[in-house]
Amino acid sequence: MKLLRFFSGRPASASVARERLQILLAHERGLLGQPDLVLRLREEILAAVSRHVALDPDKVIVRLDRGEHVSTLEVDIEVPNAPALAAAG
Amino acid sequence: MAKVLVVTSGKGGVGKTTSTAALGAALAQAGKKVVVVDFDVGLRNLDLVLGAERRVVFDLINVVQGVAKLPQALIRDKRLENLWLLPASQTRDKDALTEEGISRVIAELRPNFDYILCDSPAGIERGATLAMRFADEAIIVTNPEVSSVRDSDRIIGMLDSKTVKAERGERVAKHVLITRYDPARAARGEMLSIDDVLEILATPLLGIIPESQDVLRASNVGSPVTLNSPASSPARAYTDATRRLLGETVAMTVPAQRVGLMNRLLGRRAA
Repeated sequence: MKLLRFFSGRPASASVARERLQILLAHERGLLGQPDLVLRLREEILAAVSRHVALDPDKVIVRLDRGEHVSTLEVDIEVPNAPALAAAG
Repeated sequence: MAKVLVVTSGKGGVGKTTSTAALGAALAQAGKKVVVVDFDVGLRNLDLVLGAERRVVFDLINVVQGVAKLPQALIRDKRLENLWLLPASQTRDKDALTEEGISRVIAELRPNFDYILCDSPAGIERGATLAMRFADEAIIVTNPEVSSVRDSDRIIGMLDSKTVKAERGERVAKHVLITRYDPARAARGEMLSIDDVLEILATPLLGIIPESQDVLRASNVGSPVTLNSPASSPARAYTDATRRLLGETVAMTVPAQRVGLMNRLLGRRAA
Protein backbone atom coordinates (compact mmCIF):
# COMPACT_ATOMS: atom_id res chain seq x y z
CA MET A 1 0.00 0.00 0.00
CA LYS A 2 2.72 2.43 0.98
CA LEU A 3 4.55 1.75 -2.28
CA LEU A 4 1.42 2.39 -4.26
CA ARG A 5 0.97 5.66 -2.47
CA PHE A 6 4.59 6.57 -3.13
CA PHE A 7 4.08 6.12 -6.85
CA SER A 8 0.73 7.85 -7.03
CA GLY A 9 2.24 10.83 -5.23
CA ARG A 10 -0.91 11.36 -3.19
CA PRO A 11 -0.69 11.34 0.58
CA ALA A 12 -3.15 9.11 2.39
CA SER A 13 -6.10 11.14 3.59
CA ALA A 14 -5.35 10.39 7.25
CA SER A 15 -2.20 12.51 7.19
CA VAL A 16 -4.10 15.33 5.51
CA ALA A 17 -6.75 15.05 8.23
CA ARG A 18 -4.09 15.17 10.91
CA GLU A 19 -2.46 18.32 9.57
CA ARG A 20 -5.75 20.12 9.05
CA LEU A 21 -6.80 19.25 12.58
CA GLN A 22 -3.54 20.43 14.08
CA ILE A 23 -3.70 23.79 12.34
CA LEU A 24 -7.35 24.24 13.23
CA LEU A 25 -6.98 23.26 16.87
CA ALA A 26 -3.86 25.33 17.36
CA HIS A 27 -5.99 28.20 16.13
CA GLU A 28 -8.96 27.32 18.34
CA ARG A 29 -7.03 26.60 21.50
CA GLY A 30 -5.21 29.88 21.36
CA LEU A 31 -1.64 28.94 22.17
CA LEU A 32 -0.40 31.12 25.04
CA GLY A 33 -3.65 33.02 24.99
CA GLN A 34 -3.23 34.25 21.44
CA PRO A 35 -6.05 32.73 19.44
CA ASP A 36 -4.53 33.10 15.98
CA LEU A 37 -0.84 32.85 16.75
CA VAL A 38 -0.16 29.95 14.40
CA LEU A 39 -1.95 31.62 11.53
CA ARG A 40 -0.18 34.92 12.15
CA LEU A 41 3.18 33.19 12.43
CA ARG A 42 2.51 31.37 9.19
CA GLU A 43 1.64 34.58 7.38
CA GLU A 44 4.65 36.47 8.71
CA ILE A 45 7.08 33.65 7.99
CA LEU A 46 5.63 33.37 4.50
CA ALA A 47 6.01 37.11 3.97
CA ALA A 48 9.59 37.14 5.26
CA VAL A 49 10.75 34.24 3.12
CA SER A 50 8.82 35.48 0.08
CA ARG A 51 10.87 38.67 0.04
CA HIS A 52 13.85 36.58 -1.00
CA VAL A 53 12.45 33.45 -2.60
CA ALA A 54 9.48 32.80 -4.86
CA LEU A 55 7.33 30.58 -2.72
CA ASP A 56 4.25 28.55 -3.27
CA PRO A 57 2.12 29.48 -0.21
CA ASP A 58 0.82 25.90 -0.09
CA LYS A 59 4.37 24.65 0.48
CA VAL A 60 4.62 26.38 3.83
CA ILE A 61 3.50 24.14 6.64
CA VAL A 62 3.38 25.40 10.20
CA ARG A 63 2.66 22.60 12.63
CA LEU A 64 2.04 22.87 16.32
CA ASP A 65 2.34 19.82 18.55
CA ARG A 66 0.87 20.23 21.97
CA GLY A 67 2.49 18.27 24.76
CA GLU A 68 1.72 18.10 28.45
CA HIS A 69 4.32 20.74 29.38
CA VAL A 70 5.96 21.90 26.18
CA SER A 71 4.54 22.57 22.75
CA THR A 72 6.71 22.47 19.65
CA LEU A 73 6.31 24.67 16.62
CA GLU A 74 7.53 23.03 13.43
CA VAL A 75 7.96 25.12 10.29
CA ASP A 76 8.39 23.24 7.04
CA ILE A 77 9.05 25.31 3.92
CA GLU A 78 9.63 23.83 0.51
CA VAL A 79 11.99 26.10 -1.39
CA PRO A 80 12.18 25.80 -5.17
CA ASN A 81 15.52 25.03 -6.85
CA ALA A 82 18.00 27.37 -8.59
CA PRO A 83 16.08 28.35 -11.78
CA ALA A 84 13.12 29.52 -9.75
CA LEU A 85 15.45 31.31 -7.34
CA ALA A 86 17.10 33.18 -10.18
CA ALA A 87 13.72 34.23 -11.50
CA ALA A 88 12.79 35.53 -8.10
CA GLY A 89 16.08 37.39 -7.61
CA MET B 1 -18.34 7.21 48.39
CA ALA B 2 -18.87 6.95 44.67
CA LYS B 3 -16.60 8.20 41.96
CA VAL B 4 -18.48 10.33 39.43
CA LEU B 5 -17.58 9.63 35.81
CA VAL B 6 -18.94 11.54 32.86
CA VAL B 7 -19.07 9.92 29.43
CA THR B 8 -18.89 12.79 26.98
CA SER B 9 -17.85 13.66 23.41
CA GLY B 10 -19.25 16.89 22.05
CA LYS B 11 -20.21 15.22 18.80
CA GLY B 12 -23.29 13.06 18.55
CA GLY B 13 -23.38 9.52 17.26
CA VAL B 14 -19.88 8.52 18.39
CA GLY B 15 -21.05 5.87 20.84
CA LYS B 16 -21.53 7.60 24.20
CA THR B 17 -24.68 5.75 25.21
CA THR B 18 -23.51 2.30 24.09
CA SER B 19 -20.20 2.96 25.86
CA THR B 20 -21.95 4.08 29.06
CA ALA B 21 -24.04 0.91 29.02
CA ALA B 22 -21.07 -1.35 28.28
CA LEU B 23 -18.73 0.24 30.83
CA GLY B 24 -21.48 0.39 33.45
CA ALA B 25 -22.28 -3.29 32.92
CA ALA B 26 -18.59 -4.26 32.95
CA LEU B 27 -18.04 -2.36 36.21
CA ALA B 28 -21.06 -4.13 37.71
CA GLN B 29 -19.75 -7.46 36.42
CA ALA B 30 -16.48 -6.64 38.21
CA GLY B 31 -18.45 -6.44 41.47
CA LYS B 32 -18.81 -2.66 41.74
CA LYS B 33 -22.13 -1.06 42.62
CA VAL B 34 -22.94 1.17 39.65
CA VAL B 35 -25.62 3.65 38.69
CA VAL B 36 -25.81 5.00 35.15
CA VAL B 37 -27.54 8.37 34.85
CA ASP B 38 -29.00 9.53 31.55
CA PHE B 39 -28.63 13.30 31.19
CA ASP B 40 -30.10 13.44 27.70
CA VAL B 41 -33.29 15.31 28.51
CA GLY B 42 -35.88 14.94 25.78
CA LEU B 43 -34.02 12.18 23.94
CA ARG B 44 -33.56 9.43 26.47
CA ASN B 45 -31.97 6.31 25.06
CA LEU B 46 -29.87 4.72 27.77
CA ASP B 47 -32.98 2.89 29.03
CA LEU B 48 -33.47 1.43 25.55
CA VAL B 49 -29.86 0.27 25.19
CA LEU B 50 -30.10 -1.34 28.64
CA GLY B 51 -33.45 -2.97 27.84
CA ALA B 52 -35.27 -1.12 30.63
CA GLU B 53 -37.47 1.12 28.46
CA ARG B 54 -40.73 -0.45 29.62
CA ARG B 55 -39.86 -0.18 33.28
CA VAL B 56 -39.41 3.61 33.40
CA VAL B 57 -41.96 5.20 35.73
CA PHE B 58 -40.16 8.19 37.23
CA ASP B 59 -37.10 9.94 35.85
CA LEU B 60 -34.29 12.32 36.72
CA ILE B 61 -36.42 15.44 36.34
CA ASN B 62 -39.17 14.00 38.54
CA VAL B 63 -36.51 13.52 41.23
CA VAL B 64 -35.00 16.99 40.69
CA GLN B 65 -38.44 18.58 40.95
CA GLY B 66 -39.41 16.57 44.01
CA VAL B 67 -42.26 14.71 42.27
CA ALA B 68 -40.58 11.38 43.07
CA LYS B 69 -38.01 10.18 45.56
CA LEU B 70 -34.71 8.91 44.21
CA PRO B 71 -35.32 5.21 45.11
CA GLN B 72 -38.62 5.35 43.19
CA ALA B 73 -36.86 6.46 40.02
CA LEU B 74 -33.90 4.06 40.16
CA ILE B 75 -34.35 0.96 38.01
CA ARG B 76 -32.38 -2.12 38.94
CA ASP B 77 -31.04 -4.18 36.03
CA LYS B 78 -32.70 -7.57 35.72
CA ARG B 79 -29.47 -9.37 34.83
CA LEU B 80 -26.86 -7.57 36.92
CA GLU B 81 -27.90 -6.94 40.50
CA ASN B 82 -25.13 -4.34 40.90
CA LEU B 83 -26.34 -2.15 38.04
CA TRP B 84 -28.94 0.60 38.35
CA LEU B 85 -30.35 3.14 35.92
CA LEU B 86 -31.63 6.64 36.54
CA PRO B 87 -33.44 7.44 33.29
CA ALA B 88 -33.73 10.81 31.57
CA SER B 89 -37.02 12.53 31.04
CA GLN B 90 -38.92 12.67 27.76
CA THR B 91 -39.91 16.24 28.44
CA ARG B 92 -38.69 18.88 26.05
CA ASP B 93 -38.20 21.42 28.81
CA LYS B 94 -34.43 21.51 29.04
CA ASP B 95 -34.55 24.08 31.83
CA ALA B 96 -36.14 21.51 34.14
CA LEU B 97 -32.64 20.37 35.03
CA THR B 98 -30.95 22.76 37.42
CA GLU B 99 -27.43 22.64 38.75
CA GLU B 100 -28.73 22.74 42.29
CA GLY B 101 -31.08 19.83 41.56
CA ILE B 102 -28.37 17.70 39.94
CA SER B 103 -26.06 18.51 42.82
CA ARG B 104 -28.65 17.13 45.26
CA VAL B 105 -29.20 13.95 43.23
CA ILE B 106 -25.45 13.26 42.91
CA ALA B 107 -24.97 13.91 46.65
CA GLU B 108 -27.75 11.44 47.43
CA LEU B 109 -26.31 8.79 45.10
CA ARG B 110 -22.69 9.12 46.26
CA PRO B 111 -22.85 7.24 49.58
CA ASN B 112 -24.81 4.36 48.04
CA PHE B 113 -22.70 3.49 45.00
CA ASP B 114 -19.10 2.86 43.94
CA TYR B 115 -19.53 4.46 40.53
CA ILE B 116 -21.90 7.06 39.10
CA LEU B 117 -21.71 7.11 35.29
CA CYS B 118 -23.23 10.20 33.69
CA ASP B 119 -24.22 9.75 30.06
CA SER B 120 -23.87 13.23 28.56
CA PRO B 121 -26.02 14.51 25.72
CA ALA B 122 -24.21 15.61 22.57
CA GLY B 123 -23.31 19.26 22.09
CA ILE B 124 -21.84 21.85 24.41
CA GLU B 125 -25.08 23.24 25.74
CA ARG B 126 -26.57 23.16 29.19
CA GLY B 127 -27.21 19.40 29.26
CA ALA B 128 -23.60 18.56 28.48
CA THR B 129 -22.21 21.11 30.94
CA LEU B 130 -24.51 19.78 33.69
CA ALA B 131 -23.52 16.17 32.96
CA MET B 132 -19.83 17.01 33.46
CA ARG B 133 -20.31 19.56 36.25
CA PHE B 134 -19.70 17.23 39.22
CA ALA B 135 -17.36 14.75 37.52
CA ASP B 136 -14.26 13.38 39.20
CA GLU B 137 -13.20 11.69 35.98
CA ALA B 138 -14.18 11.96 32.34
CA ILE B 139 -14.26 9.48 29.51
CA ILE B 140 -14.09 11.29 26.20
CA VAL B 141 -15.55 9.11 23.48
CA THR B 142 -13.85 9.87 20.18
CA ASN B 143 -14.05 8.44 16.68
CA PRO B 144 -10.84 8.63 14.62
CA GLU B 145 -12.35 11.26 12.38
CA VAL B 146 -11.75 15.02 12.10
CA SER B 147 -15.05 16.41 13.39
CA SER B 148 -15.13 14.06 16.36
CA VAL B 149 -11.54 14.88 17.36
CA ARG B 150 -12.22 18.60 17.04
CA ASP B 151 -15.28 18.36 19.27
CA SER B 152 -13.41 16.19 21.79
CA ASP B 153 -10.75 18.87 22.00
CA ARG B 154 -13.45 21.41 22.74
CA ILE B 155 -14.95 19.20 25.45
CA ILE B 156 -11.51 18.66 27.03
CA GLY B 157 -11.20 22.44 27.28
CA MET B 158 -14.57 22.58 29.03
CA LEU B 159 -13.65 19.78 31.45
CA ASP B 160 -10.61 21.83 32.43
CA SER B 161 -12.59 25.01 33.00
CA LYS B 162 -16.29 24.46 33.60
CA THR B 163 -16.38 21.64 36.17
CA VAL B 164 -16.62 22.10 39.93
CA LYS B 165 -13.26 20.35 40.29
CA ALA B 166 -11.60 22.71 37.81
CA GLU B 167 -13.06 25.73 39.58
CA ARG B 168 -11.54 24.45 42.83
CA GLY B 169 -8.18 24.32 41.13
CA GLU B 170 -8.20 20.53 40.94
CA ARG B 171 -8.08 18.40 37.80
CA VAL B 172 -10.72 16.15 36.38
CA ALA B 173 -8.88 12.94 35.36
CA LYS B 174 -9.45 12.43 31.65
CA HIS B 175 -9.35 9.34 29.43
CA VAL B 176 -9.92 9.00 25.71
CA LEU B 177 -11.97 6.04 24.56
CA ILE B 178 -11.62 5.53 20.83
CA THR B 179 -14.72 3.92 19.36
CA ARG B 180 -15.80 2.75 15.91
CA TYR B 181 -12.18 2.07 15.00
CA ASP B 182 -11.86 0.40 11.60
CA PRO B 183 -8.53 -1.46 11.35
CA ALA B 184 -8.79 -1.96 7.59
CA ARG B 185 -9.25 1.74 6.90
CA ALA B 186 -6.55 2.64 9.41
CA ALA B 187 -4.14 0.26 7.66
CA ARG B 188 -4.87 1.98 4.34
CA GLY B 189 -4.11 5.36 5.88
CA GLU B 190 -7.70 6.48 5.35
CA MET B 191 -8.45 6.94 9.01
CA LEU B 192 -6.64 8.95 11.64
CA SER B 193 -4.35 6.60 13.52
CA ILE B 194 -4.61 6.01 17.26
CA ASP B 195 -1.31 7.87 17.68
CA ASP B 196 -2.61 10.86 15.70
CA VAL B 197 -5.70 11.13 17.90
CA LEU B 198 -3.74 10.78 21.14
CA GLU B 199 -1.08 13.24 20.07
CA ILE B 200 -3.65 15.83 19.08
CA LEU B 201 -5.76 15.44 22.22
CA ALA B 202 -2.77 14.95 24.56
CA THR B 203 -4.93 12.74 26.78
CA PRO B 204 -4.24 9.16 27.89
CA LEU B 205 -5.94 6.28 26.12
CA LEU B 206 -8.47 4.15 27.99
CA GLY B 207 -9.27 1.70 25.21
CA ILE B 208 -9.90 1.12 21.53
CA ILE B 209 -13.29 -0.28 20.58
CA PRO B 210 -13.48 -1.68 17.06
CA GLU B 211 -16.39 -0.88 14.73
CA SER B 212 -18.52 -3.98 15.09
CA GLN B 213 -21.92 -5.46 14.35
CA ASP B 214 -21.92 -6.87 17.88
CA VAL B 215 -22.44 -3.40 19.34
CA LEU B 216 -25.47 -2.77 17.13
CA ARG B 217 -26.89 -6.23 17.86
CA ALA B 218 -26.51 -5.61 21.60
CA SER B 219 -28.43 -2.32 21.30
CA ASN B 220 -31.09 -4.05 19.21
CA VAL B 221 -31.87 -6.52 21.97
CA GLY B 222 -31.33 -4.07 24.84
CA SER B 223 -28.37 -5.74 26.45
CA PRO B 224 -24.93 -4.16 26.96
CA VAL B 225 -22.39 -5.74 24.62
CA THR B 226 -20.27 -7.02 27.55
CA LEU B 227 -23.30 -9.10 28.59
CA ASN B 228 -24.77 -9.90 25.21
CA SER B 229 -21.64 -11.22 23.52
CA PRO B 230 -18.86 -11.24 26.14
CA ALA B 231 -16.41 -13.01 23.83
CA SER B 232 -16.74 -10.46 21.01
CA SER B 233 -13.88 -8.07 20.33
CA PRO B 234 -15.79 -4.91 21.38
CA ALA B 235 -16.89 -6.60 24.62
CA ARG B 236 -13.31 -7.61 25.38
CA ALA B 237 -12.14 -4.07 24.59
CA TYR B 238 -14.75 -2.61 26.96
CA THR B 239 -13.80 -5.11 29.66
CA ASP B 240 -10.12 -4.17 29.31
CA ALA B 241 -11.02 -0.46 29.43
CA THR B 242 -12.99 -1.10 32.61
CA ARG B 243 -10.05 -2.89 34.22
CA ARG B 244 -7.88 0.12 33.39
CA LEU B 245 -10.48 2.39 35.00
CA LEU B 246 -10.19 0.23 38.12
CA GLY B 247 -6.46 0.86 38.15
CA GLU B 248 -5.17 -2.36 36.63
CA THR B 249 -2.42 -2.32 34.04
CA VAL B 250 -3.74 -4.06 30.96
CA ALA B 251 -1.78 -4.22 27.71
CA MET B 252 -3.43 -2.17 24.97
CA THR B 253 -4.55 -4.26 22.02
CA VAL B 254 -5.11 -2.44 18.76
CA PRO B 255 -7.89 -4.20 16.88
CA ALA B 256 -6.25 -5.99 13.96
CA GLN B 257 -7.54 -6.45 10.48
CA ARG B 258 -9.03 -9.84 9.84
CA VAL B 259 -7.17 -11.39 6.94
CA GLY B 260 -9.41 -13.65 4.91
CA LEU B 261 -8.55 -17.26 4.24
CA MET B 262 -7.95 -16.68 0.53
CA ASN B 263 -5.54 -13.84 1.23
CA ARG B 264 -3.77 -15.92 3.81
CA LEU B 265 -3.37 -18.77 1.33
CA LEU B 266 -2.06 -16.35 -1.25
CA GLY B 267 0.37 -15.02 1.32
CA ARG B 268 -0.97 -11.47 1.27
CA ARG B 269 -0.51 -9.46 4.38
CA ALA B 270 -2.57 -6.58 5.57
CA ALA B 271 -0.76 -3.41 4.53
